[in-house]
Amino acid sequence: MGKEPYLETNVTIRMVDITKRFAEVVANKNINLEIRSGEILALLGENGSGKTTLMNMLSGIYMQDSGSIYVKGEHVTIRDPRDAFDLHIGMIHQHFKLVEVLTAAENIVLGLNETRLVDLKNVREQVAKICDRYGFVVEPDKKVYDMSVSEKQTLEIVKVLYRGADILILDEPTAVLTPQETDKLFVVMRNMKADGKSIVIITHKLHEVMEISDRVAVLRKGEYIGDVPTSETDPQKLTDMMVGRAVTLNIDRPEPVDPKESLVVKNLTVKDINGVTKLDNVSFTAYTGEILGIAGISGCGQKELLEAVAGLHKLEKGSSIMFYPRGDRDQGEDLAGQTPIDIKHKGVHLAFVPEDRLGMGLVGNMNIPDNLMLKCYDQGRSPFTNRKKPREQAIQIIRDLEVVTPGLRTPVRRLSGGNVQKILVGREIASDPYLLMTAYAVRGLDINTSYTIYRLLNDQKKKGTAVIYVGEDLDVLLELCDRILVLCSGRVSGIVDGKTARKEEVGLLMTSFKEETA
Amino acid sequence: MTQFISLFQASIVFGTVILFGAVGEILTEKSGNLNLGVPGIMYLGSIASLIGVFYYERYVENPIPIVCILIALVCAVIASMLGGLLFSFMTITLRCNQNVMGLAFNIFAGGFANFYGGSLNKLAGGVGQINVLATSAAFRTKIPNYRSLGPIGELFFSYGFLVYLAIFLAFAVSWFLNRTSVGLNLRSVGENPATADAAGINVTKYKYLSTCVGAAISGLGGLYYVMDYMKGTWDSDGSIEGLGWLAVALVIFASWKAPRAIWGSYLFGMLSWAYFYIPGLTRSSQEIFKMLPYIVTVLVLIFVAYQHKPDNQPPNALGLPYFREER
Repeated sequence: MGKEPYLETNVTIRMVDITKRFAEVVANKNINLEIRSGEILALLGENGSGKTTLMNMLSGIYMQDSGSIYVKGEHVTIRDPRDAFDLHIGMIHQHFKLVEVLTAAENIVLGLNETRLVDLKNVREQVAKICDRYGFVVEPDKKVYDMSVSEKQTLEIVKVLYRGADILILDEPTAVLTPQETDKLFVVMRNMKADGKSIVIITHKLHEVMEISDRVAVLRKGEYIGDVPTSETDPQKLTDMMVGRAVTLNIDRPEPVDPKESLVVKNLTVKDINGVTKLDNVSFTAYTGEILGIAGISGCGQKELLEAVAGLHKLEKGSSIMFYPRGDRDQGEDLAGQTPIDIKHKGVHLAFVPEDRLGMGLVGNMNIPDNLMLKCYDQGRSPFTNRKKPREQAIQIIRDLEVVTPGLRTPVRRLSGGNVQKILVGREIASDPYLLMTAYAVRGLDINTSYTIYRLLNDQKKKGTAVIYVGEDLDVLLELCDRILVLCSGRVSGIVDGKTARKEEVGLLMTSFKEETA
Repeated sequence: MTQFISLFQASIVFGTVILFGAVGEILTEKSGNLNLGVPGIMYLGSIASLIGVFYYERYVENPIPIVCILIALVCAVIASMLGGLLFSFMTITLRCNQNVMGLAFNIFAGGFANFYGGSLNKLAGGVGQINVLATSAAFRTKIPNYRSLGPIGELFFSYGFLVYLAIFLAFAVSWFLNRTSVGLNLRSVGENPATADAAGINVTKYKYLSTCVGAAISGLGGLYYVMDYMKGTWDSDGSIEGLGWLAVALVIFASWKAPRAIWGSYLFGMLSWAYFYIPGLTRSSQEIFKMLPYIVTVLVLIFVAYQHKPDNQPPNALGLPYFREER
């Protein structure tokens, strides 16, 4: 437990040469980061840039593969959340760690001592003290299930403070808040800062960075790009740091042949079950023989957009989704209000690759032909299954997409992620759709497999299919897609030409909404 | 009046068997472990206590009542805790499916108990029926002079001490869950093990302990059944299994609250015996009345589901194995 060599008095945490890998993916690569006392540090980066992973190593969720962490000059090892508490580090996760049926006070004392009766009176007094000090409002006897998201978040912060945290890490705290609630949170954050606490806020919202932080540290694809005082920078410079220079990938992009309108979406508005608007007046057109890319920060409505077209969402009044198979104007039909199965029969196919890959689309315990049958279960004529066609189809997909599998009978959960994904995408392509929508088709795939998927999408494009491609990697979007639609908080912030658009331009559109381009 | 008193008494005796089972199961389920092996646990508790006192009564000339009681209690608790331990090991450590394990456990324990029950009947000789008279009498010792209180005495004080122990345990479990820190931690394990884990609570330890202690309490139901309800005899007709399932139903009926299980158990008892006191029933129509407890449980389930009140719902992580995220 040696002292850190170059100790600055106001540095609370120093992370030195931190590297963290998940299997072959490097989530953090030789990162050096300082957190100072009495400052609000914004940790900025795109999705998957490793912000949360880095902070999880401070809160005891992960342990670094290499590198060291110094807290107040002492070299420390953080094995689990308990160790982090002892070092006065507290993290407020995006997914709250609260027990719903317990009250606020009960959640706060959870796990703290195992010997005594629950002394809620004392807890209430302490909580009241914390609330007075920083300007929180917490009702100690309210059950968590009765709380709004903002109240739950406040409770999480109070819980962490009750345990004596001096260093608070907030993981995208504003993602779930209304603007008013965000303002309140910022007031509290400033109060905590004035009290000498260190605060790290993980975010990808530039205006929040400019508003609240003293210093910004930028991560990109797991690497530390640098840090700047907020007063010496502006959103444009931060965007450049965040997205970086464009990388050439040499993805094939054939010219669209004879593009015709295939999907015309007008004023599409969708709300989630809580009544929060997920898509707000989205309008765009997808053409045959073209790949339309959709870019955006995660959770800005890409998923809802595809699901709305596939018929999985209730649409608000005024939304219209006109679909012209193969661009044929005579066969045009409004998809709004139709059932998913009807929409599928019209040739609209969705291949959505969720974070855990299997969750939506494939049944892990079933083999490849059976999974293919899931999509055509309603085509049988007799009560018995016909395995012949799916078998042939499976063999074809395995051959065409170079799926590595021990055999047709192997359950798909035993295949590697890349192969599972090839089946998922291959199944949709094999059915020759008129409109193919893919989301995160190359998520977690190695480079070669990714190129196979790009080739397949291009094959479809050449056939005259309208392809919609939702992706995370801007470089890929810029090289693969003919046009790119950029979503920002459920609204279209711009549609740019894939051939001429610059990466910084798309990056800025992703993070800030511009009225004039709508 | 005598009819009512007799129905009331029968209900309490019947209810006490399932009250033990339900209180133990509530403690277990609050940790998120769904032990469907309650019937099996009750089998183990009953047969173990019977074996213990059978040998004691056989080799001692004049069995001392208090020793009889102690031997029976210790045997029942140890056997049912071992059952709970086996269930815990399979479901918590090896992460077997809890439902499958619970059902398999019942088949195992039922066979185990009936095998030894049959052997005991053989060993007992004579008419081929074991009868641990002394112990059964000890367990059925009533409060002296209860008759002097008239009907009140008949209604409330004419039972062996286990009836009162069951009520006490129900309140004790409720107090433990709601008033102590350990109880709070235990509830959080059953609701959201990941949160409990992040708060520094040893999820595995809590699950093991609550399952084993819960099994011990459930096992007392088997003990009470064999010593009081069956008056110290063994019958391999499987009725103990039916009572065990009724205990599981009672947990749902009581919406995981032990004090509610007290009156719930007596209500179940009353419903189960009602046919006996309704004149003019044939054998087949009697059977319909035996369904009543289950029908009431279903009605309560529907009501609770409609009500949508989180406090009356099962523990959120009930029946789910807990994996700490791979590091």
